[in-house]
Amino acid sequence: MATVELKDVRKVYAGRVEAVKGVSISIPDGAMCVLVGPSGCGKSTLLRMIAGLEEITEGTVSIGGEVVNTRGPAERDIAMVFQNYALYPHMKVYDNMAYGLRNRGMDKAEIDRRVREAAATLGLADFLERKPRELSGGQRQRVAMGRAIVRSPKAFLFDEPLSNLDAKLRGQMRIEIKNLQKSLGVTSVYVTHDQVEAMTLADTLVVMNQGRAEQIDTPLAVYERPASIFVAGFIGSPAMNLLPAKGTQNGLALAAGGTVNPKETALPAPGRDVLLGIRPEHMTLVNDATAADLELKVTAVETLGADTLAHGYPLSSNGRSEPLIARLPGSVRVKDGDVLPLAVQPGMAHIFDAATGLRI
Amino acid sequence: MADLAQPATRAVALGRKEQGGMLGISRGSRYTAHAILIIGLLIVAFPIYYTFVASTHSLQTILRPPLPLLPGGRFWENYTTALFGGIGRIGGVDVSTLLFNTTVVALAIAIGKIVISILSAFAIVFFRFPLRMFFFWVIFVTLMLPVEVRILPTYKVMVDLGLIDTYTGLTLPLMASATATLLFRQFFLTIPGELVEAARVDGAGPWRFFKDILLPLSKTNIAALFVILFIYGWTQYLWPLLVTNRNDMNTIVIALRKMISFADADTQWHLVMVTCVLAILPPILVVVLMQRWFVKGLVETEK
Repeated sequence: MATVELKDVRKVYAGRVEAVKGVSISIPDGAMCVLVGPSGCGKSTLLRMIAGLEEITEGTVSIGGEVVNTRGPAERDIAMVFQNYALYPHMKVYDNMAYGLRNRGMDKAEIDRRVREAAATLGLADFLERKPRELSGGQRQRVAMGRAIVRSPKAFLFDEPLSNLDAKLRGQMRIEIKNLQKSLGVTSVYVTHDQVEAMTLADTLVVMNQGRAEQIDTPLAVYERPASIFVAGFIGSPAMNLLPAKGTQNGLALAAGGTVNPKETALPAPGRDVLLGIRPEHMTLVNDATAADLELKVTAVETLGADTLAHGYPLSSNGRSEPLIARLPGSVRVKDGDVLPLAVQPGMAHIFDAATGLRI
Repeated sequence: MADLAQPATRAVALGRKEQGGMLGISRGSRYTAHAILIIGLLIVAFPIYYTFVASTHSLQTILRPPLPLLPGGRFWENYTTALFGGIGRIGGVDVSTLLFNTTVVALAIAIGKIVISILSAFAIVFFRFPLRMFFFWVIFVTLMLPVEVRILPTYKVMVDLGLIDTYTGLTLPLMASATATLLFRQFFLTIPGELVEAARVDGAGPWRFFKDILLPLSKTNIAALFVILFIYGWTQYLWPLLVTNRNDMNTIVIALRKMISFADADTQWHLVMVTCVLAILPPILVVVLMQRWFVKGLVETEK
């Protein structure tokens, strides 16, 4: 158990490709830090640098207060759970879990105690004599977890551990991982591209884009106050609506036509080019057009039961490509061609600078 | 659900089998297929059977055709003479010596090749060192230079080193093998990088990784390669012919050739036949005993 500190960590590959462009993260003892981002954003590279599987070009990685840049993966006292589990196919479950301990010269009785304890925690006690190929995906995932647990390391590193499971199992394992991590209290770094996993697991959420950490905050803060257009578009499903607009004296003049004056929102200086961001779930259906901030011309409807997603465009844009999505209660009946008067919930509008993409 | 469904599927499968097997092949065509297979088997097996028959008759019976189709009564006599009595045309060396020589040669070649190639493939795939690709290509190029092509310089080297008529001389030049190295390289490349990394995180150094993970995963490959290389070594002809002068250093294939004279009357055909049978047996044994592993190695990899 220990803190994990990254200071200005950079990774430049031989071909001068800069995969990670200076990331600093500080993870307190026992916390779960989730790195999320699209593929190629450098999140896995960052994790592998913490693990010691990838050399660090610049900056420092410290685990438990000690800089570990020059140490090999085995000397960093970390345990890693891989995407494809990376179980040793020729070894029984027991040996898979015991292997790392044996290599450290731990005595047999202690290894046995730890393996059986971990197996009991993970519900693997009946499978210790099996080979990995005789197990289901979820069980293999547990063995991989077990291999990490028995070591009682300073930190757990997870590299998209759930991406090979089916949706139902993924949800279940997500909760199990969260509970396990909480009860063991081991500092963890978790890489995923799945925002639901990111939101539910994280104490600290790091949204990465093109080798940079775009925002580091709690999951709710990231959702409520995205720092940039990228974060706004990445976290939340369906993605936040982003409408080009310009600041005026009495509100925001949409490029699509019409003026919006969202309540409890600091307006940008007149003449400034901005993007108005509104989450689909933060628009409410109102009775008449005069009370509405926006009017949505519906072109497609997704009825999900609990919710109804209305896809379309702002009426004033006359069908130019300005997509707009609203998430309405499932009880609302909507059909193609409807015009919906929508109000933006107070304080729920986000304004980003059009040039820099940063929050204003 | 799955438990309930299983017997039903099995019943369906059985039902289909009774109607003529899988893929809906009719009974008639199944018989035809079997008939063709049996005929093919007879054509292949008959010469071997006939060799065995000949090895149990006296020289006189063999020289006076037709040769009977059933084994004769001299099995014990012929075989003990050949194995332990010494054979005149090859300087009184007995077949047991030849078998021993050939076994040593075949084993040394097979094991030597496997050890050298698995280690070089290990180095090439899992280590980054200067001129790695250069070395890979050097090994690769030797594929184009089989023993026959480099036979004169190799022979010269063996003479200079005084290795004529030694087991070292018989086996060493045949050991370095690009084929086996490539085979292992291709197999190692299929081992997921994550497995290598998991081992590193688990504190396994290169040697432990090799011993605990790579070797067990390669065992079916090794077995398949062993069968192929054992037979390759067993049936070597040109190189043993060149590098041995003494009769008691011959391999069985060379001796067999020496036992046959141009004149029929000079050749002890019954002993030649015994030697033939004995020459075939060890490779057959190796194949039969290792068949399961051999097929596994060709078909599946444990991953």
